[in-house]
Amino acid sequence: MSAAITSSPRAQIAFLPHQHRLHLQDGPIDLIVEAFGPPNEIRAAYQTAVQRFVTVLDELCKELLFLRQPATRESSLPRGPVALRMMQAVKPYAKVNFITPMAAVAGAVAEEILFSMTHAANLARAYVNNGGDIALHLSLGERFTTGAIETREGKIASLFATSTLDASMPVRGIATSGWRGRSFSLGIADAVTVLAKTASMADAAATIIANAVDLPGHPQVTRIPARDLTPDSDLGDHLVTRHVGHLSEHEIETALDTGSIVAANLASRGLIHSAALRLAGETRIVTHDTLHYGELLHA
Amino acid sequence: MADDAIRCDACPVLCYIKPGRTGSCDRYGNQDGKLVRLDPHVVLDRSLTRGESVVPFASHASAGSEDWDGNLLHNSETFITAIGAGTTYPDYKPAPFIISTEIDGIDMVTVVTEGIFSYCGVKVKIDTDRHLGPETSLVRSQGEPVGHVTTNEYGSQMLSLGGVRHLTGGSRKEGTVTCETLLSLCDRKAVELTIDGGATVQVQAGQPPIVDGVREERMRVGCGSATIGMFAKQWFGKVDEVVVVDDHITGVLSQHQAGKLLGVPETGIQIKGRRSTPGRYFRVAEPGTAWGGTDIEDPLSILNPFDPKTARAGLRLLMVSTTGEHSAFFELDERLIPVEKELPVELRQSVERIRENCEPAMCSVLFMGGAGGSLRAGVTENPVRLTQSVKDSLTRVTCGGAPVYVWPGGGITLMVDVMRMPENAFGYVPTPAIVAPIEFTLRLADYAALGGHMDHVRPLSSVAPDAERRRVAARDENPWPLSVNVPPRPKS
Repeated sequence: MSAAITSSPRAQIAFLPHQHRLHLQDGPIDLIVEAFGPPNEIRAAYQTAVQRFVTVLDELCKELLFLRQPATRESSLPRGPVALRMMQAVKPYAKVNFITPMAAVAGAVAEEILFSMTHAANLARAYVNNGGDIALHLSLGERFTTGAIETREGKIASLFATSTLDASMPVRGIATSGWRGRSFSLGIADAVTVLAKTASMADAAATIIANAVDLPGHPQVTRIPARDLTPDSDLGDHLVTRHVGHLSEHEIETALDTGSIVAANLASRGLIHSAALRLAGETRIVTHDTLHYGELLHA
Repeated sequence: MADDAIRCDACPVLCYIKPGRTGSCDRYGNQDGKLVRLDPHVVLDRSLTRGESVVPFASHASAGSEDWDGNLLHNSETFITAIGAGTTYPDYKPAPFIISTEIDGIDMVTVVTEGIFSYCGVKVKIDTDRHLGPETSLVRSQGEPVGHVTTNEYGSQMLSLGGVRHLTGGSRKEGTVTCETLLSLCDRKAVELTIDGGATVQVQAGQPPIVDGVREERMRVGCGSATIGMFAKQWFGKVDEVVVVDDHITGVLSQHQAGKLLGVPETGIQIKGRRSTPGRYFRVAEPGTAWGGTDIEDPLSILNPFDPKTARAGLRLLMVSTTGEHSAFFELDERLIPVEKELPVELRQSVERIRENCEPAMCSVLFMGGAGGSLRAGVTENPVRLTQSVKDSLTRVTCGGAPVYVWPGGGITLMVDVMRMPENAFGYVPTPAIVAPIEFTLRLADYAALGGHMDHVRPLSSVAPDAERRRVAARDENPWPLSVNVPPRPKS
């Protein structure tokens, strides 16, 4: 791939060391892309990924004000393909929960780029990782192993769960949400990692479940209106978690229970495949009981 | 919109960013009302120091081309630091970057990793004669013990902060606060420390200390006795007696060796405190934050009545502190009582001279850590060889490109001045432990000989100049980490 690459005045397009992973960054969008397959197919996939990528941020920003509004069942559909994925991912929650399409933006972007790649090239497998929200492509017989690493303020602490995904499983998206992450959370989960059919679905569900891992009114939890931190946050005056102090074992259990009930409910509705909930060193795994895929997740 | 927020126009999201926060990308932030770019991995660049054109980020021209020509990262001019490089902790794997560079025909290799230091701390030198607290007293941050007062050095008070016992040996809170304190000090931020039985002092690397709310301006020129020695000649003939008030040694001109040599006559002055040798007095007062690092507000309080056998009315007396910050001029009246008078012009000059000779007071922060542990496995399969190679000066150790002092004896225990490192060079893990950059540079041949991970050595040109790398100018005062004459040739 050389001259055919679309140039962009703003986006950063580069290979990571060793030349097989592509790094695409534009504004807050930061993607690691890797494709597996014959070299010419990989080349075609990367070329398409870059071409698709360079306009994504501008498309989203055209509708940004609308996408920051809470989704309702009556919300009209946005225009852009990424925005559409976002709205579709959050709509199932719009009736009961506060959620804006922005809750699924990372997953939706990853999904859109992956979609462009798999339609342009014949790949054995591929992934687009948007800051931890990952869209996957697996052709028959292929598999991915992913790890969930706990980080605090960006420093790696430990691997707390791994999962092996093979092509027969209905999982093509992974997403993580928690108050320690880049986006704000209304809950106190350190991380909720969700496996779902698509990355945008996983992204929206992780947000909902992470919000549900909570101890409302707990004195050890510091909360601040999102607007005070980021004036134009889509979360507006909603209180977002900034610090979680010491919690007793019982409190940790209680908060994880609340989140697990929500996760189990989403699993039964087919909105997620499974979820790993992490709080203060404790991990809870929720899967749809009726599904048996061997080793899904082990903490 | 909030008035203190700024709008970032780096991309169409157009975030409003409040002071001290970053935009949704985490790449741009509002630092004191200014939009700044924050990028993790730091590359030192000599050409930046020389004021040549700045290449802040990956050039778009080369974006997407299959073969980086490596031109952005010139061999001898670029040094990959460990800041933001990541780590392979617990180091059973080779370090994240093992970079080979050819310098004047010699193949050099730099092993770059971020070390996780449980055994680490900072040594703080605070230029002040004010009494900060008794030796060995606990130093606290947010009420938690984070270190202690150690030896009083020339013109400075020393604190030893951190260390494994505060980091992991005490309560969880103690460890967390210690880690925060170390990180802030290493990142050149201001930290307020309180000393048991002593003062509250605000410490910030490269800045004057603030002791009990008073900003320290200058170091003393010397002890009271030294000051007499330095200025005796300038006072001779202009005043009959000079007392230099100092917490350590208070000097008296007429009794001091320097005064005797000049032939200054006796004045009948009598100083409280313990006489050490003629004209030198210990402990004229308690330590404090007033005159010359003592607790005295009224300098006359250290004087006993003048000896009527020697003293005479009209005798002129200058009292001055060792920084020249405090001074007063007296004349004895008929009853031989000192009466304060306006400081004569010719003496004012000498007081100003004392002040001029006092260097600006500064806080210095040296990070100290032990890299002798498993971190070495990221460098070589035979860790002790790395230690030996450092001791033999075959391997140069740097922190973020800054020179370090490596302690003699076992292990690789090093000290580095945080002011010589690039900004934001440190991090932490919740253990708690401090993450500090460390680079080992040596000849490729020596690296092979000590069991280095030769299969992981890659040329500098393979390090793609991607958006994650931040270029910073090398500091002029630091030796260039890749210069060939250091490390020196092996002795044999």
